[in-house]
Order: sequence, then structure tokens, then C-alpha cells
Amino acid sequence: MADAMLETRGLSRRFGGLAAVQDVSLAVARGKVHAIVGPNGAGKTTLINLLSGDLRPSDGKVSYQGSDITGWPAHRVAQAGIGRSYQKTNVFREFTALENCALAAEARLPRLHLFRAAATFRETAARAERALALCSLETRRETRAASLSYGEQRQLELAMMLATEPQLLLLDEPLAGMGPEESARVVDLLKRLAADHTMVMIEHDMDAVFAIADTITVMVNGSVLASGAPQAIRANREVQRAYLGEDAA
Amino acid sequence: MPHLSRAALTALVLATGFLALFPLWGDTFYIRFVTKIMVYALFAMSLDLLVGYAGLVSLGHAAFFGIAVYAVAGLVNKAGVTSAFVLLPAALGASAMAAAAIGWLSIRTSGVYFIMITLALAQMLFYFFNDQKYWGGTDGMNIDQRPTLALGDLTLLNFGSRLQLYYLALACLAGAFVLLAVLLRSPFGHALVGIRANEGRMRALGYDVQRVKLIAFVIAGTLAGLAGFLEAARSTFATPALLGWHESGHVLVLVILGGMGTLYGPVLGAFVVLLLEDYFATLTDRWLLIMGVFVIAVVMFLPDGLAGLFRRVASLARGRGRSAGDG
Repeated sequence: MADAMLETRGLSRRFGGLAAVQDVSLAVARGKVHAIVGPNGAGKTTLINLLSGDLRPSDGKVSYQGSDITGWPAHRVAQAGIGRSYQKTNVFREFTALENCALAAEARLPRLHLFRAAATFRETAARAERALALCSLETRRETRAASLSYGEQRQLELAMMLATEPQLLLLDEPLAGMGPEESARVVDLLKRLAADHTMVMIEHDMDAVFAIADTITVMVNGSVLASGAPQAIRANREVQRAYLGEDAA
Repeated sequence: MPHLSRAALTALVLATGFLALFPLWGDTFYIRFVTKIMVYALFAMSLDLLVGYAGLVSLGHAAFFGIAVYAVAGLVNKAGVTSAFVLLPAALGASAMAAAAIGWLSIRTSGVYFIMITLALAQMLFYFFNDQKYWGGTDGMNIDQRPTLALGDLTLLNFGSRLQLYYLALACLAGAFVLLAVLLRSPFGHALVGIRANEGRMRALGYDVQRVKLIAFVIAGTLAGLAGFLEAARSTFATPALLGWHESGHVLVLVILGGMGTLYGPVLGAFVVLLLEDYFATLTDRWLLIMGVFVIAVVMFLPDGLAGLFRRVASLARGRGRSAGDG
């Protein structure tokens, strides 16, 4: 695809004899939301880890904005503008919500400062505040992350990612474990983010997926079963059998 | 994130004032002894940057302390250099280079493996000095002259004066405290604390974790080298034991008993432990036994070390309520 922001070719990852991800070729179009769905154990999270640099691929290539980023360490991938959130909430529990976001925002300083107080970087502080506000956490800024409700921690997880101002978001089940009300709030946030970000999103909530995604890739057993527009996926017989259940569509 | 409470700041100012005035009434023995304690407090504080802030438990930190002593010993005895303008940078440089090399190798590992590799690499340096007659072997060697600090004929500092050495050690301790406090407020300091809490998350945010760790390791090693320089000027004796794992373990005890993750904890630890060791030794030859009981008691009943005890007392004095918020 000509305007692909992120592209993988023949991406594979084996753990011993198990092929967790097998020959996955994807093209994520700039500005679009690309959902990845599939049953548990399909290799979705492994795929995200390969894209984010948390894992090195056994085979295949990843390119981002035209340059080959295969095998780049996670921090370099992040510095290149790819942000990720985790399925299992991964925040700094002892820090306040604001401190969590400030730490994220400070990661984007052009160099590591040793002697200047972090609080004097105005732009960084503003970015942290913006990210909090975007995720509706501004009233909880001084609360320790550990004391936030589960849903708020999930929102903080997203806020930290946003505080790094990434262009491409890798979201691993942003709605996992959320109640309907929180879930609706986050779907609303994701829709707003979709306006100026490219997103790769793993999600089990099919209503949310169909509401947000421009493209859906279905994975089963580490491989891509089908990929296409939501309507096409919904109509795909193979997908219905493998994942959505016989009585879907 | 860590910041000093008002109580800690007050106590700090009082303690510094006390130390500054102590020579007015302290007798010679105790002026010497407190000088030694301040050197060890600086040494322990440097280790706390790794253990308490970066979460890197090093069991080889004495290597950087000892190598600075040998750098001074070598230059004085073998090359006849006594100017502190040469000796100090040489001591710091030797420690920094050793820390860069050992750090570069060890930060690839973590947890128990980090403990083992820092221990092993430091022991290699220990045996380097222990096994060579040139460096005095197991017996070590006397440092023939104390450092000098002079501009032309004007003596700036007389290392032979126990009073001037006392104030030099105090100035270095206070200076290191301020330097570390500044570092810990910077984005670098925040990154260190973040790495201790959750290394993987820091990577995902874009932090080059290995680089931050290596910088911390070199800073800690260099500050240990400053303590080593003071030790050389103070004791005028270089012995391989200064680099050994026993010494590394001892300074780790000062940090843990004093309170990891606070800058004043290791200082508190150095004062309490060294004074108690000295006192117990006057009671019995089996003083290590009493010391052992003390260590176990602190670890069992004061999980945050003596600094934790101080915090508890401070928050009681303030009345209940705002028990959170000091750090």
C-alpha cells in the first residue's frame, strides 16, 4: 500500500517449537484505525510486541514511515513516534496520575538532562496536563495511581502513552475489564484520537471494533485468516466459523 | 517521586550545623573518628544512588572506593606526585573508568545476577592489587606523603591538619548531597526512579534504560572515588581489603540500615553503625556478635531503616493526618 504508515512483511515469531506469530503481512494505512481480532492465543499481543520492539521477530520485516525498524529496541521504536498501551495495566502505582504522565512526557525531551530540575520544563508539564485532560483524569491528577479505580487506571495507561505524543498508537485491549459506562467513555476517547492518529488496536469488544475500525484483521493460530473492511469481515464465512460464531451476521 | 519533607530539611540543617561546630568541643580522637565516618557516609550515599534509587544492588561498590586509594598511593609512592590538583582528578578518573567498564558489563543483567557479576568483577580488581608485590600485595602499602594543595607558595589546604581534613570531608559530604539532590530532581533522576519501579514500561515510553543505568553507575562510582581520595588522605594507607567484597558488604549494610532511597539514610547509617561498632568493640572482643543482633533487629523491626524511624517520629511530632506525602 502506497500510504502505509506501518507495514510488516512475513513477520514471524517462534517460542521454541511454537509459532506464536506466523508469516503476518499487514499494511496499516496512515490516519486509519486497524483492529486486530481473534480468539485468545491467536498471537495478537505477540504481534503488538513485535511491532513495539518488546520482542524481536524470528523472521520478517517491519517498516515504519518507509524506514526499516526490524529488531529496533523498544525505546528507539517509541522515540520514533510509536506509542503503546498494555492489556494488563502497567502504570507506576506509587506515583500520582500527574507524575505518571510527566514521566512519560519527559521521555520526549531531546536529550537526557541531569542538572536541570524536571519541573522547569514547561512544555513537558503542559503535555502531561493535556494528556490527563484528554483522558478525563484532570480531577485525579494528585491521586496515587494505586488508589485510582480500575477504569481510571486504564485511562491513565492511555494518558501516559498520549503524553509521549506518538503518531502511531499500538493499543492492546484498551477496553479490557471495563464496565459499560467506562467502556463507552474510552470508546469515545478512541474515536477522538482516531481523528489525528494512526492506530493498531487489539480488542475483544466487537461492538467497539465495528464502531471504530477502518480495517479489521482476523488472526487465528498466529496467522492472518482474513483482512479487510468491517463489512467484508462481517460477511466473511470463514471468519464467522472461526471466530464470530455460526449465528453471527 | 522523592522529595524532602520539611522535617527532613530541618533535621538536615541542624545536623550540618552540629557537624560544622563539633570540632569546637570534640576531642582529637573524635574529630578523627567523625572524619572517617563522614568519608564512609559519602561512600554509602554514592551506593544508595544505585541501590535505593536505580534499584541496582551492587556488591562490588568498594572497587571504586579502593581503586581511588590505590591511584593516590601509586602516584605518590611511584611517581612522587603530591599535588591534589593531579591526585584528585586521577583518583576520580580511575574510579569513573573502572565504573564505566564494570557498569557496562553488569547493567546487562539484573537482580541476583547483577549482584553476582558486580561481586565477581570487583573481586578481580581486588586480586589484581592483592597478588602483586608492586602494589604491596596483601599487606598493602603506606602512602609516603599526604596530598598537598597549593598555588605557588600559598598553601590552600593542609591535608596534615586533622581539622582541615575534617572540614574537607564535611564539605565533600554536603557537596555530594546537594549534587545528588539536584540530579534526583532532574529528568534523569525521575528516569532512575521510574526504572526501579518498572523497567519495561520505561522502555515503552522511550527511555534508553541501559544508558540511564550506566550514567548512574558511573556517577556512583566516581563519588565512591571521591570518598576513596579522602580515605587515602585521611589514613595514608592502601590495602586490598578496601576493594574487597567484605568492604562492599559493609557499605551495603550502612545503606540498608540507614534507609535506602533517601539521601540522609546512608549518612544516618554510617554514623549509627560506625559509632556502635566502636562502642561494642570496647565492651567485648565478640562485638561482631552484638552488631549482628543489632542488624537483625533493625531489618526486622524497621523495614525502611533508621530513616524510616526518623520519618515516623517526624510525622508523630506533626500530629496525625498527613502521614503520606513525605519522602
